[in-house]
Amino acid sequence: MLKIIWNRFRKNPLSVIGLGIILALAIIAVGAPLIAPYKPTAINVYNVLSAPSSSHPFGTDELGRDVLSRMIWGSRASLKVGFLAVGIAIAIGTALGSIAGFYGGKIDAVLMRFVDIMLAFPTFFLILAVIAIVEPSISTIMIIIGLTGWMDVARLVRAEFLTLKERDFVSAARAIGASDFRLIFRHVIPNALSPVFVAATFGIAGAILTESGLSFLGLGVQPPEPSWGNILTSGKDNITVAWWLSLFPGIAILITVLSYNLVGEGLRDALDPRLWFHEQK
Amino acid sequence: MLAYILKRLAMMVPMIFGITLITFVVIHLAPGGPVEVETEMSLKASAQARENLKRLYGLDRPLHVQYFDWLKRFVHLDFGTSFVDGKKVVDKIKERIPITLTINILSLLLIMVIAIPIGVLSATRQYSLFDKLTTVFVFVGFSTPTFWLALIMMIIFGVTLGLLPISGIQSIDISGMGFFGRIADWARHLILPVGLSAFGGLAGLSRYSRSSMLEVIRQDYIRTAKAKGLKESDVIVHHALRNALMPIVTILGLAVPGLIGGAVIFETIFAIPGMGQLFYQSTMSRDYPTIMGILVIGAVLTLIGNLIADISYAIVDPRIRVRK
Repeated sequence: MLKIIWNRFRKNPLSVIGLGIILALAIIAVGAPLIAPYKPTAINVYNVLSAPSSSHPFGTDELGRDVLSRMIWGSRASLKVGFLAVGIAIAIGTALGSIAGFYGGKIDAVLMRFVDIMLAFPTFFLILAVIAIVEPSISTIMIIIGLTGWMDVARLVRAEFLTLKERDFVSAARAIGASDFRLIFRHVIPNALSPVFVAATFGIAGAILTESGLSFLGLGVQPPEPSWGNILTSGKDNITVAWWLSLFPGIAILITVLSYNLVGEGLRDALDPRLWFHEQK
Repeated sequence: MLAYILKRLAMMVPMIFGITLITFVVIHLAPGGPVEVETEMSLKASAQARENLKRLYGLDRPLHVQYFDWLKRFVHLDFGTSFVDGKKVVDKIKERIPITLTINILSLLLIMVIAIPIGVLSATRQYSLFDKLTTVFVFVGFSTPTFWLALIMMIIFGVTLGLLPISGIQSIDISGMGFFGRIADWARHLILPVGLSAFGGLAGLSRYSRSSMLEVIRQDYIRTAKAKGLKESDVIVHHALRNALMPIVTILGLAVPGLIGGAVIFETIFAIPGMGQLFYQSTMSRDYPTIMGILVIGAVLTLIGNLIADISYAIVDPRIRVRK
């Protein structure tokens, strides 16, 4: 099964490149202490805001810290927030979507109205409102991004459940006396996973964008802990003198998010059985 | 039609009720509640002062009583007074809302004017070079942090070229300008914020117009029109476009929360005194009454956006009105 998916995924060169970049970024994030040329928090007052040079390829910031090293360490923040926020969103979305889709009726109506109401809030407003009451930090923002990002997954899982639960293999399992719990977890969810994987990949891209925006506003990862977003804050503060502080972290975000989106697109094609059929024709 | 609009309006009531409930719950999750924050600022606040404050905001009563009390005042558009400057929250929001709405409406128009032709053209020339280029553009557009793009544009047009102002909505010496001078001054200040906030929605809508158009040009009536010997451009403009545009209207409604949410970042970057900047400032100063007010208004604006989209959809597509 995995092999079939990989073979199909491979046909899309851009998605493969995206996957390669994602793996490389993961290695950079894990190996940050070994790869980064300087300590990300090492201040050097004699070398503030110096332009890119051979000793500091991406220049230094207003405290003389090496921007490249801060970006390498900052990739950890993006990765952590991306995966954990999406993990939370998937868990909530799958749970509520399954319950709504499986039981239908009043439960479904109530849960889906709740989804509609959550979707009416501009997500960024909701996130900011919660940040106003808790201290912003990397762990709080990943929880908040997860708590405000599950609605699409819930709708998706519910839709899968609505079609799957009418299928013969589910009726057969029910007929031999399988419990609701077993029906949901053993029979329906495994068949509903493909679109969830695709949504998760796009979700990671979105979460990384949101994290960088929040950190940029000073409401996410707090300095001196580096993140791509908060390096951009120094970029804005020094906009007239230090373009390198604005340019490089933004490109890093763009490439990372683009990679996840490309992989998501590739996965969508690879996991869609309707497209398998088309190809065989 | 009237019946449809009334039904649609009636559906909004429980939604607004839910929105206020969620807003209330979120804010009251705060450890110690809003009073802790206000007294935090003045450490000398005695226990007595705290009690007084609690009574003032009615925080000593059960939560559901507080909620219905808040809701009652809310219906009369009384959102309370700001913790920061003691002004009425309603007045603060009223001051800020026009500029945010202006920027959002301008960028919605810009999105439509650019994205729909791009989508239609790439659909009619599917797999052409133009189509492939726009696909690349869409992917890069989806992945670009727009606040970063804003920084880069500020560096290019504001700092390096010195062509455009990089903050505020008017120059300091605006009072000395004539009518046209003022218009030009506003325009120069708004180009970057409006352009960038439109950029965020561009990718999505052009993609959507493309698929909507692709679906329509496969229909039988398009084949019939072509078979009659009509010119290709006539078929596209008169037969296909009208039908393809209908679902796009709904998508525009869905773009509203993104635009309003994005206002926080743009207005902060460009120092635009709109609702987004007010929200950011309120978050930083933990001004709960203002936060609650804007949160609800933002969600209600989204509902209104969806309502307008649904109604215009019903106007262009009679089938919607008839459906149960």
